[in-house]
Amino acid sequence: MKRYLPFGIVAVVALLALGSGAMLYRAKRLPPLRISKDQIASGKENATSVHVRGNPKAQTTLEEFGDFECPPCGKLADPLKELERDYGDGLRMVFHHFPLITHRHAKEAASAAEAAGLQGRFWEMHDLLYKEQGVWSRAANVRVLFNAYAGMLGLNVERFKKDIDSEEVKTRVAADEKRGNTLGVTNTPTIFINDTAVPPTSLNPLGLRGAINDAVNNARQKDKAK
Amino acid sequence: MTAPRLRIILYTVAALISLVGLAEATYLTVLSLTGETAVCGGSPDCFKVLGSVYAKLAGVPVALFGALAYFSAFSFATFAAFGYERAQKFFPVTVWIMFCVTLWLLFVQAFLLHAFCRYCLFSAAIIFLLAAIVVISPRAE
Repeated sequence: MKRYLPFGIVAVVALLALGSGAMLYRAKRLPPLRISKDQIASGKENATSVHVRGNPKAQTTLEEFGDFECPPCGKLADPLKELERDYGDGLRMVFHHFPLITHRHAKEAASAAEAAGLQGRFWEMHDLLYKEQGVWSRAANVRVLFNAYAGMLGLNVERFKKDIDSEEVKTRVAADEKRGNTLGVTNTPTIFINDTAVPPTSLNPLGLRGAINDAVNNARQKDKAK
Repeated sequence: MTAPRLRIILYTVAALISLVGLAEATYLTVLSLTGETAVCGGSPDCFKVLGSVYAKLAGVPVALFGALAYFSAFSFATFAAFGYERAQKFFPVTVWIMFCVTLWLLFVQAFLLHAFCRYCLFSAAIIFLLAAIVVISPRAE
């Protein structure tokens, strides 16, 4: 009997490991977040506080909740621009700030983008912050770098310095965070395509392309049905 | 205490320690499979490590290999505790392979990613303990 006992112990542990792993996997795979119709950001009626790139009338909207200091968001910045180029007028991009408290400069970076936005250069600063993420995220004094970026983008640096600490900028960032919290966003990047969040496993160029294609096909089918 | 008795105690302890490692590696495998390591939300350093290219090997999470390694170590330690001679030979080999992989992963964290993940450090501590058990356990005659 004792001879076979270790086989039993090992088999029980194998089953327990597989079973608990499967249970944990099911528990972690939550249903995707959805945006209800009344929460959809159109980007048309309030364009001063919603950052929209692309055709405002496009049938497909990609809405990102991002954090400029989050490495996966940085990794996705270029693929998202590629998608924007490839889909042209068929895709509208919306960006919302969702600076995580675990990233020490994320909120300041969001403010820098908004301050640039007050001078009409939000997307330029957005792209630059992602491109230079590895530099400023490690810096002790990010303000010096952000001011330099403002200069590079041809902004009025003195105004930028004032705007970055202004109530208007803080309110805009807070509004984005509030929207994210309302929708149940907890991680970055969280990307909604039309009204459904893309699962984290598909947050890559191929997965996003597939999700956009699905959304485009769904929209076409709806149009045909009408 | 006689050498065989000490061996049984040490193998039993090693099996229990391997179980802890197995639980942790299983958890990390699930995090990777559900895509939680592909986004930011928890400890930035952990996500930097677990979301890096070094956290996957040919698309398979390294944590899954870790879980298999811990399960092997647990199985060999259990069989060794029951006196199976082959298991007493395979257990140290498994632990030393895990030890070498751990050194590589610590190198990656320290010099390539410049970030340490607490889960990975905990796993490294477990493997160092297993290596210590291999070193102090008396040789089988």
